[in-house]
Amino acid sequence: MSNITLKVNGSTHTLDIEPATPLLYILRNDLGLRGPKFGCGLGQCGACTVIVNGAAVRSCIMPASSVKGEITTLEGLSSNGRLHPLQQAWIDEQVPQCGFCQNGQIMTAKALLDKNPHPADAQIRESMNATLCRCMTYYRVQTAIKRAARIIADAQPVQPVPGKPASGKEVAA
Amino acid sequence: MTAFTGIPKQVEEVLTTHRRGFLKNAGLLVVSFAAGAGGLIMEADAQDSTTAHPADPYPDLDFRQLDSWIVIHENNTATFYVGKTDCGQGTGTSFRQLMSDELDIAFDRTACIMGSTDNTVDQGGSGGSTAMERDSWPMRRAAAEARRVLLEMASGRLGAPVDRLAVSNAVIAVKADPSKRVTYGELIAGRKFNVRLTGANVNVVTGVAKVKPVRELKSTGQSPQRDDIPAKVDGSLEWAVDVRLPRMVHARNVKPPFACARLTGIDESSVRSLPGFIRVVAKGNYVAVVCEREEQAIRAARQLKTTWEKPATAPFPASENLFDYMRATTPTSASNPIVTGNTEAAFSSAAKIIEAEYEVPFQGHTAFAGAHATADPSDGQMTVYSNDMKSYGMRNGVATFLGMPREKVRVVWMQGPQGFGRTAADDAGCEAAWIAREVGRPVRVQWMRDEETAWDTKSPAFLVKVRGGLDAGGRLIAYDYRARSCDYNHVGYNEPDTVLIAQLMGSRRAKPAAGSSATPSEMYAIPNRRMAGEVVSLPVVWETPLRTGNLRDPNGPQSTFAAESFIDELAAAAKADPLEFRMKMLQAATTDDGGFRRARSIAVFNAVAEAYGWDPRPSPKPESKANILTGRGIAYSFRGQTVVAQIAEVEVNRQTGHVWAKRLVCAHDCGLVVNPQSLRHTVECAMLHGLSRAIHEEVRFDTEKITSTDWVSHPTLRHADAPERIDIVLVNGDPNPNRPDLPPYGAGEAALKPMLAAIANAVYDATGVRIRRVPFRDDRVLAALKAARL
Ligand code: FES
Ligand code: FES
Repeated sequence: MSNITLKVNGSTHTLDIEPATPLLYILRNDLGLRGPKFGCGLGQCGACTVIVNGAAVRSCIMPASSVKGEITTLEGLSSNGRLHPLQQAWIDEQVPQCGFCQNGQIMTAKALLDKNPHPADAQIRESMNATLCRCMTYYRVQTAIKRAARIIADAQPVQPVPGKPASGKEVAA
Repeated sequence: MTAFTGIPKQVEEVLTTHRRGFLKNAGLLVVSFAAGAGGLIMEADAQDSTTAHPADPYPDLDFRQLDSWIVIHENNTATFYVGKTDCGQGTGTSFRQLMSDELDIAFDRTACIMGSTDNTVDQGGSGGSTAMERDSWPMRRAAAEARRVLLEMASGRLGAPVDRLAVSNAVIAVKADPSKRVTYGELIAGRKFNVRLTGANVNVVTGVAKVKPVRELKSTGQSPQRDDIPAKVDGSLEWAVDVRLPRMVHARNVKPPFACARLTGIDESSVRSLPGFIRVVAKGNYVAVVCEREEQAIRAARQLKTTWEKPATAPFPASENLFDYMRATTPTSASNPIVTGNTEAAFSSAAKIIEAEYEVPFQGHTAFAGAHATADPSDGQMTVYSNDMKSYGMRNGVATFLGMPREKVRVVWMQGPQGFGRTAADDAGCEAAWIAREVGRPVRVQWMRDEETAWDTKSPAFLVKVRGGLDAGGRLIAYDYRARSCDYNHVGYNEPDTVLIAQLMGSRRAKPAAGSSATPSEMYAIPNRRMAGEVVSLPVVWETPLRTGNLRDPNGPQSTFAAESFIDELAAAAKADPLEFRMKMLQAATTDDGGFRRARSIAVFNAVAEAYGWDPRPSPKPESKANILTGRGIAYSFRGQTVVAQIAEVEVNRQTGHVWAKRLVCAHDCGLVVNPQSLRHTVECAMLHGLSRAIHEEVRFDTEKITSTDWVSHPTLRHADAPERIDIVLVNGDPNPNRPDLPPYGAGEAALKPMLAAIANAVYDATGVRIRRVPFRDDRVLAALKAARL
């Protein structure tokens, strides 16, 4: 046992724990989080996905001691009581069936959109391909990702393109 | 969970004496409301139960008491209590729609509590796609009766006869003077209805009031958003896997390493010094390890040294020899053939006879997460927190298994990974309860991935031989269908003598269930036909991971794969368009059954062809030299009264054998549609489940154990497999002008049924190669293409 400090959704926690403990069990059983779930414990399904330093990682196979950086879970996506555009898109498209896999779907999509705000269909399929759903909501997940990408793009202030005025809006240089 | 609405929660007063006592003493269910733009949010919080459980027993709720179904609150909202569970199709929302319509209260002033055995009447939980078809009726009648009683109360209060009153959104007013009004809440909140309903069983229970005709339903037919979804996407929902109780410990099973293994030794010293170790619990061939923390239990279960003795003979044939085994084995039972006309005479006069044999392997549920349950043995009672889709059956099963009175056992249903039959034959509930009693502490059990994939219940393997005779005009005049399923000892619902822990402990029933086979479900007019089914058994049927149970339309996908593939083969032999070939057989009949399934079959074929843009031509398509071959396939079936036709458009990669279903179209008729959005989603996902079973899923095994145990060795549909486009047409017209109201029929399972055949037929259309063995994995398709020199 040793002291491990984890920063999760903006709060810092210090726990006296076996360092090899997979992060998933700490998030669920010590911190009481319900977003990340156990699906396989093998890194194959994505149920346990959390975001560490901007990357979607599988907490079921990540020893707590190897976590370097701030952890965001599904619970940490909303800010000031407002759902993340992905979560809103998930409701708008009524994505889940049972919903058990949707933590993995949403968190993997979040990491994708953070890196690539306008993914092509093929990029969505590829980036999401290791995130499984046994209710087969894939079609709606993909639709919802595209919807979320549009919501995020619409919410962004229009960036001036050098030598070309941004369309529809005057942007101070 | 207020991320969706800024309006503060109110704790609901739950009014029946039992529920109030339950709330006060057990601290389990607190139902809170928040009315917001997104509708009324209901949440059922499992509270930290540091308070003792009530020592009083958990009686059955009386389904003949109106108060068991509906509670009206002071703020003029209503809570519905129904004996159903939801496997992810949003049935709770649909029940609210129907009940709020009958009660005359706006949908967003209602909430629905489901499936906890001491809180809701026993409607059996879920299964068989019966939510709307069977179980919504008593709910509607109870709501209609509540409305009638409230009108009578208002009549007394307002001093006007009932026929002078109007009711709208839970407010009753005098028609002539709408200022004279009273709300439901003012009439009844804080008090019981105390109204008796009548009826021999819960399915037929009724009050005096009649349900409304469909044209008067308002929310029904609309698509309010599912009320369970927000908490599933913001992480606030407490699932069955999330239950944490004071002093709770974690258990993991140690499964036998092969079927029919006999435990000969446990070396507890191999784990005794591990951190958090509490004890090994074992009886017969059942072994589990209990530790303080979850990861400790996982480690200890892996590390525990056990020794096992092999059975004298191999428990089953290896998966590659399964169909040979099934062919060679004497059946344990055979159904009486269904015979029309004189099949053999018709065959002897046929111009062309074709014959084919189809093979569908065992396919697993492979739920997204393993079986799980948490059991609390406090106060000599047993509370099981579970996602069991048949929570009431689990209560009975656990009580019998433990030898406890039913009244001392309750099951609290909570959400979990999809059911589809697996959680009706749940194993973890009995395991958690038994271990909890052994250790005297609340216990959480969770099956690991390999355990679940190997040991869950399987849908039976099928071997189907079909023979057809065409006359000179290409008309099907003789048809002979023989199915053989490997289904002996089919496991039922939460049976205390077939659940795995009971088998392993040696307390199993004497006579295994017979199992069943299946004949096709279509309305074709074939003048001479014979259809029969047989069941075969594996060499061993107890303590084996190859055990069959219900999986989403238990035999339908297998029989329909064979039947609708074969119809396509006949159409190709007759050089006829596969849709026209089917249509002619539907139109050849002149009479219909009570549910007008023939007329509705024609309607779904027309609808699916139109939505797809079907151009008539025989299959296969003219040969192409392209690397990507494209084709389309059609298939159809009914389940109960629900009729479904589907078209798949596929791309087949000639070099890799890979099949991609680029487009799927479904025409679906399940009668009255309660929530079109939820129905479309259910249909869409059921089709993709069918697609997954068509192209990926197969249980693999050697002669003593399952070898497909994770998502690599047991592949499933993935994002890359998702079609580019899915179209769903809800046909749902009633061809009977004399029937005033279209009832709702089961929706989900029917939508999976034709998909395997639609894909097979599309692959044939694309390539001219007929694949008669499921799944159509790349290597199998490639081998078939090569064999055909493509
Ligand atoms: S639970 Fe971590 S990837 Fe499946
Ligand atoms: S929604 Fe059920 S597993 Fe994905």
